[in-house]
Amino acid sequence: MRFYRAHVLVCAGTNCSLKGNRAVREALIREIEGKGLGEEVKVIETGCFGLCEQGPTIVIYPEGVLYCRATVEDVPELVDSHLLKGRRVERLLYREPTRPVAVQTVPELDYFKKQVRVVLRNCGIIDPDSIEEYIGQGGYTALAKALAMKPEEVIAQVKASGLRGRGGAGFPTGLKWEFGRKAPGGVKYVVCNADEGEPGTFKDRLILEGDPHAVLEAMAIAGWAIGANYGYIYIRGEYQLSIQRLERAIEQARRLGLLGQNIFNSGFNFDVEVRIGAGAYVCGEETALFESLEGKRGEPRIKPPYPTDVGLFGKPTVINNVETLANIPPIITRGAEWFRTLGTEKCPGTKVFTLTGDIVNEGLIEVPMGITLREVVYEIGGGIPNGHKFKMAQTGGTSGGCLPEALLDVPMDYDQLAAAGSALGSGALLIMDDTHCIVDVARCFARFFLHESCGQCIPCREGTLQLYHLVDGITRGTGTRQDLELIERLSRTMYVAPLCPLGQTAPLPIMTTLKYFKDEYLAHVDSRVCPTGTCRALATGHAAD
Amino acid sequence: MKSLEELEKIRKQAQEALKVREGQKPVRIVVAMGTCGIAAGAREVMTTILEELAARSLSDVSVTQTGCMGLCEQEPLVTVEKPGQPAVTYGNINAERARRIVAQHLVNDAVVGEWVVATKR
Repeated sequence: MRFYRAHVLVCAGTNCSLKGNRAVREALIREIEGKGLGEEVKVIETGCFGLCEQGPTIVIYPEGVLYCRATVEDVPELVDSHLLKGRRVERLLYREPTRPVAVQTVPELDYFKKQVRVVLRNCGIIDPDSIEEYIGQGGYTALAKALAMKPEEVIAQVKASGLRGRGGAGFPTGLKWEFGRKAPGGVKYVVCNADEGEPGTFKDRLILEGDPHAVLEAMAIAGWAIGANYGYIYIRGEYQLSIQRLERAIEQARRLGLLGQNIFNSGFNFDVEVRIGAGAYVCGEETALFESLEGKRGEPRIKPPYPTDVGLFGKPTVINNVETLANIPPIITRGAEWFRTLGTEKCPGTKVFTLTGDIVNEGLIEVPMGITLREVVYEIGGGIPNGHKFKMAQTGGTSGGCLPEALLDVPMDYDQLAAAGSALGSGALLIMDDTHCIVDVARCFARFFLHESCGQCIPCREGTLQLYHLVDGITRGTGTRQDLELIERLSRTMYVAPLCPLGQTAPLPIMTTLKYFKDEYLAHVDSRVCPTGTCRALATGHAAD
Repeated sequence: MKSLEELEKIRKQAQEALKVREGQKPVRIVVAMGTCGIAAGAREVMTTILEELAARSLSDVSVTQTGCMGLCEQEPLVTVEKPGQPAVTYGNINAERARRIVAQHLVNDAVVGEWVVATKR
């Protein structure tokens, strides 16, 4: 085995790809070879570091120096100075807005100080295309351990950990597995829901890109626990890199016999297949996903029966989100008690959030459950850029709610955000500053649901249409107080009547904007004024200044 | 994959290769790589050290480089730092001497007195 004195890790996540990471990586390899350093220095493509705003990011070990926003033009200096002469390239180091001195290494960053990496344990550290590196970090030992346990013991451990589904609903994972185990029937399935459609959410994508084996290992463990021998990963067609990495990972796992027949000589067979979706928001709903997977039109089924009884192809099926699954191997190897030391009592563990919008550090973070929005926005996110003020944060993607500044200190877990009228959901955090008009924002939400409603049930199909027209009218200056009442009445119906969570949550973001920013709505309907000057049909609030 | 032992074997091997990414190790070898050092053959010294470490499976050592130390006359200069011991800088090192430094100083804890140009606590 070769011993390299330095490893150069280049982020190959989707966000850095948009900023030209491939060209930078190729230039690095050329330059390193050209300087005769090919024998000493290894260049590795890795998953997302989470600091997407600063991409393409490069970390050079053993020093662990972090370089940001590197371009092809910077590469010769980087190689000549850092790798050849051992001098850091000061101008490419990360500068935190709050500190005058440049940050040198990854652990020094405020951005990472509050983070706890369980799900993202390997992202940005290993080469996702190398099963050996995953194994080197302790990968597949959880599967070996689980196969030495009884399936009931595995389920008991997942139950004891208190893990709840990270796709948004927060259903206890262990309980779901138990239902799957107890369901009668010979053929059962494990499905990984990677149809991440919530606007502003890209965590599953980056987990799959950075650590695909974690999900495969967890699916095999789930298969052993419930008695399934086959798994499907249903993934969005747009996630090209994730699909490619998954396919390669499956191939490698088969080659080493970690998928396939008689894994670890236990008599247990398990294999996984990737199925690609065609891009409909509703297919993230589990039963619509099954329909789509079966080759039919993606429309939700009536529940009950629940998937653990009648799921994919009519068989008992356990369906888990990517992030939920990525939590499983550490729970098996490190134990339920360790997992419970993280997060809150009712929601143990960590949560991966995608931080986007009007915030200094956009990116991917993992923090203990129960952290406050204020800590995330100001301590990790670096605050609001361009001298603007925080106005609101939408948690949980478009089907989540909006929180105003007064609720910045609400601890973020499933129950406490629900109590505040919002939702933790998929972990999207969309931050907006005070230049956005709340009614205009609500109109965008309404438009999204109108577009994504599958049209199967009337309350959703008609409700989303009416909701859109009501909100749109307000932005055009034709809204009245009666319309506001109508929105509330319509929302009350929509919370309960539609078949699936798409329709049931469609009014939620709009209702939270109405609840927390009522004055701004009233300015639109009473005075025909848009305080931010966004709605062009109305008078602007700035005119009086 | 038939047994845990088989998995452990792959894990141990991969772990060695991944050690570089754990950050700086307590034991460091620093090779001066200014223009003067490179002109005097520091590159060959560096590759020899890496080969020697790999041959002896010494993955708990960081090998880094630095710029000109100001003693160009004695290049290539190699400094060995071990915890609890003074840092020792050797001068006029070539591939053969580098091998001996790894064997004597790193493995057997015996400073090779004849080539020492400086020590620092």
